[in-house]
Amino acid sequence: MQKAYLCLIFSFFYLPIAVMAAFSFNESKSRTVFTGFTFKWYVDLFHNQRILDALWLSLGLAVVAATIATIVGTMAAIGINAMRKTPRAIINNISYLPVVNPEIITGVSLMLLFVVGKQGLTNLNGWFSQMGWGIRVPEEIFGLPTLVIAHVTFCLPYVIFNVSPKLRQMDIRLYEAALDLGCNPRQAFFKVVLPEITPAVLSAFLISLTYSIDDFIISYFSSGNMQTLPISIYSMTRRKVSPEVYALSTVMFLVILSIILITNAADSRQYKKEQRGDKA
Amino acid sequence: MKLKKWLAALLSAGMLLGLAVPAFAAQEELLVDVSDDYDWTRFANDNITLNVYNWGQYIADGTEGSIDVIQEFEKLTGIKVAYLNYDTNESLYAKMSSGGADFDVIVPSDYMIGKMVREGMLAKLNYDNIPNAAGVGEQYLHQSYDPNDEYTVPYTWGVVGIIYNTTMVDEEVTSWDIMWDPYYTGEVLMFNNSRDAFAIAAKKLGMSLNPQTEEEINIIAEELKTQKMVVQAYVMDEIFDKMGGEEAAIAPYYAGDAITMIADNPNLAFAIPKEGTNYFVDAMCIPASSKKKEAAEMFINFMCETEVAAANCDFIGYSTPIQEVWEQLDDEIKYSPIAYPSAEVLKNTETFEVLDDDINQKMDQAWSMMKSYTEGGSGWMILAFLIAAVALNIFVLWRKYHKKKRDNY
Amino acid sequence: MMKNKSMAYPYLIWMVIFIAAPLLIVVYFAFTTADGSFTLSNITGIAPYTAVFARSLMLAAVATIICLVMAYPVSYFLSRMRASKQHIMLMLVMLPMWMNFLLRTYAWMTLLEKNGIINKILGFFGIAPLQMINTSGAVVLGMVYNYLPYMILPLYTAMVKIDDSLIEAAQDLGAGTWRTLTKVLIPMSMPGIATGITMVFVPSVSTFIISRMLGGGGNMLIGDLIELQFLGNSLNYNVGSAMSLLLMVVVLLCMSLTNTMGDEDVEGVI
Repeated sequence: MQKAYLCLIFSFFYLPIAVMAAFSFNESKSRTVFTGFTFKWYVDLFHNQRILDALWLSLGLAVVAATIATIVGTMAAIGINAMRKTPRAIINNISYLPVVNPEIITGVSLMLLFVVGKQGLTNLNGWFSQMGWGIRVPEEIFGLPTLVIAHVTFCLPYVIFNVSPKLRQMDIRLYEAALDLGCNPRQAFFKVVLPEITPAVLSAFLISLTYSIDDFIISYFSSGNMQTLPISIYSMTRRKVSPEVYALSTVMFLVILSIILITNAADSRQYKKEQRGDKA
Repeated sequence: MKLKKWLAALLSAGMLLGLAVPAFAAQEELLVDVSDDYDWTRFANDNITLNVYNWGQYIADGTEGSIDVIQEFEKLTGIKVAYLNYDTNESLYAKMSSGGADFDVIVPSDYMIGKMVREGMLAKLNYDNIPNAAGVGEQYLHQSYDPNDEYTVPYTWGVVGIIYNTTMVDEEVTSWDIMWDPYYTGEVLMFNNSRDAFAIAAKKLGMSLNPQTEEEINIIAEELKTQKMVVQAYVMDEIFDKMGGEEAAIAPYYAGDAITMIADNPNLAFAIPKEGTNYFVDAMCIPASSKKKEAAEMFINFMCETEVAAANCDFIGYSTPIQEVWEQLDDEIKYSPIAYPSAEVLKNTETFEVLDDDINQKMDQAWSMMKSYTEGGSGWMILAFLIAAVALNIFVLWRKYHKKKRDNY
Repeated sequence: MMKNKSMAYPYLIWMVIFIAAPLLIVVYFAFTTADGSFTLSNITGIAPYTAVFARSLMLAAVATIICLVMAYPVSYFLSRMRASKQHIMLMLVMLPMWMNFLLRTYAWMTLLEKNGIINKILGFFGIAPLQMINTSGAVVLGMVYNYLPYMILPLYTAMVKIDDSLIEAAQDLGAGTWRTLTKVLIPMSMPGIATGITMVFVPSVSTFIISRMLGGGGNMLIGDLIELQFLGNSLNYNVGSAMSLLLMVVVLLCMSLTNTMGDEDVEGVI
């Protein structure tokens, strides 16, 4: 009974993915009749310059956004930790907004900010030239700059909420001891505090990375003329359907699956080793 | 453990990359002949990227044995092209007016060009850089959206008609009425943009597709509302797939795409209704904000090259405004009554004019209201929900407060 | 350095400009006309669209309830498994979430079609093809499929903390399955239920992709309406902002509701 139910739920999860995978090998474009086995959609996929460009953009953007978010967010977590209760609560509540708000609201509000901001920059440039100054600020913010800003913005709360608990858990006396033993605050931070919170920082970085790669809705409103991978997938799903889309999702699924299996296997080996160690 | 999961993400990204690398080997050989007396390579070393924003399925892209026109342009000129798609004139306009994009070449339709010209969004072209524009036939020039031919080079033209599946529709299709016929409930697809949808309803009612008053708009919107229960989905480019896969029996679409669809699925047929229809011209323009105007003009010139334009028209099925290109086409398309309808049919068509802003706004409003309209829809439900939510909130808080009080005893 | 509040300043500046300011701009746009004067007409202008709001709330609520009903047994079974097995099962639950949600939704699009696989199989058993795609049902299905893991995970987290002996004690004391469920299990997993409801309801009520891909454009939701005002046909930032504001209020209401719900019953247990 229990098994049957779980089977049912898991087949609900995996049936669509399996069907897509099966038809990515279909000779014809039909989605119901299997006419023959072929790899040609995979070959096409990796010759599709638009998809490859989009993939690169998505990866580059994710690395940049996650790096900025991790640095700024970790600093913020430390700073907030040093604050008194009330300001801390206020800041935490505001930081929580992008997490609880529907994504479309975050997307739309950032888009409005950029529209207004762009207008402001244009006016500023007008004013500069009116004053006869030679300075100009860049006006063309839509595109890469807005994408980076948007991605950093929705990654930041996750970094803060990942690092903060670790900081609170950490024994502040370790830091104080380091100071007493003659470290200056900078040394104490890098030698004592940072190693302590590194796992949390790293995991925050990786969370940011995956959110950034996966995000569609927020990017959709502030992408200008840039095409990230999800945006180009979106335009692919609307045009004449090509089994390339199936091929793409199958590749993505297999990559993720194999990585998870590998890390899992390594995990359990580690686990067994530890257990054996315990016994010995 | 959580960390492991995210590590996995990082690695997976890496693996995807590994797969992506061996994809490219450049071919330098040009597959099209272009005119020799034009300096194609003057930007070759400037490292320019042109942002071209075009309709979906609107250029020969190398699939199905066609020539990849963009790739040819890149090979010829050394200019890189970032090619993006939109699916309605309105979304093009929305993207442009937010300042959210700096595009270099766009291909709006007639009425949208007129609107953009009026709002100063387009740049005047330097036709010295586009010598091939001279080949455009006289009847496609001096249009109302660009009376002095300063802003545009026509790309293609065509008419709107009904594409239908002959295995599902037995009768002869002659009128827009069939799209309202309850017999085909759930089998009808409809345009997902206000202007095209209003045009069809207007023609069905025997009205002009350029409404001048709010009353006209309301009448047309009512007609669209009555159609709603017959319509399976409001779509644009999805029509290719849905008609090709026999998901629906009847859909309105542009003649050129109908040719492509019929080639893919011979069960499909195309008819131009007797009430008349919309005749459109899509033209290439350069936004006023473009900073690479000359390179963009070179792109437009390239698109008007006889072989390039012929490759495009053969692939997308739309009709060319250039006589020389027409002569180059495959006979199948060249003499197709769909792509090049008789003068008699063309006489019964109407072009979109630029509407006044407030009429336009009324139309868009009526459109989104029509789409939100549900038969027997209950507007009070939201109010009921809000009140219920607030009430429940208060109740829970009250109980909590009460419990605390009780616990204190 | 550890006591240095100034470390947070770069973030605070970022927060003010890119989190607080955009939301204030939404409020500003919602209450002004195109030329910047105060008006309430954007808010009242939503009135004709209440049917869309009603439909969104309705479909999201239905999807949330289905998710809850489907996920509850899954989470319970998972939480009672051996630790190593739990681990693998959780992986299996999360795995589909790793795929881009556009692709997942797209898979359903092809499955539900009139000539899609499901109808082909039904036809094999002599059942006439059903109209599944482009209906409200398809939209709900899309929501359930995409957000079910968001329900399973918090429920699991809450239930894994419930000691087996509590359930056994209840049964030893004569409580039947039903009473054990209503008196022990559900109250104790209330925080998980509350979190799960929020995590499914909020994205469901604001989606515009699922309704567009599976609903056929005639089944508009709030998300579609908002998108239409910003990047689509209607292009009216002011009305769009008013709609966004209302959506925000709805979401906040829903969240405060589930929050108090979760809190209260936890207290009740303790």
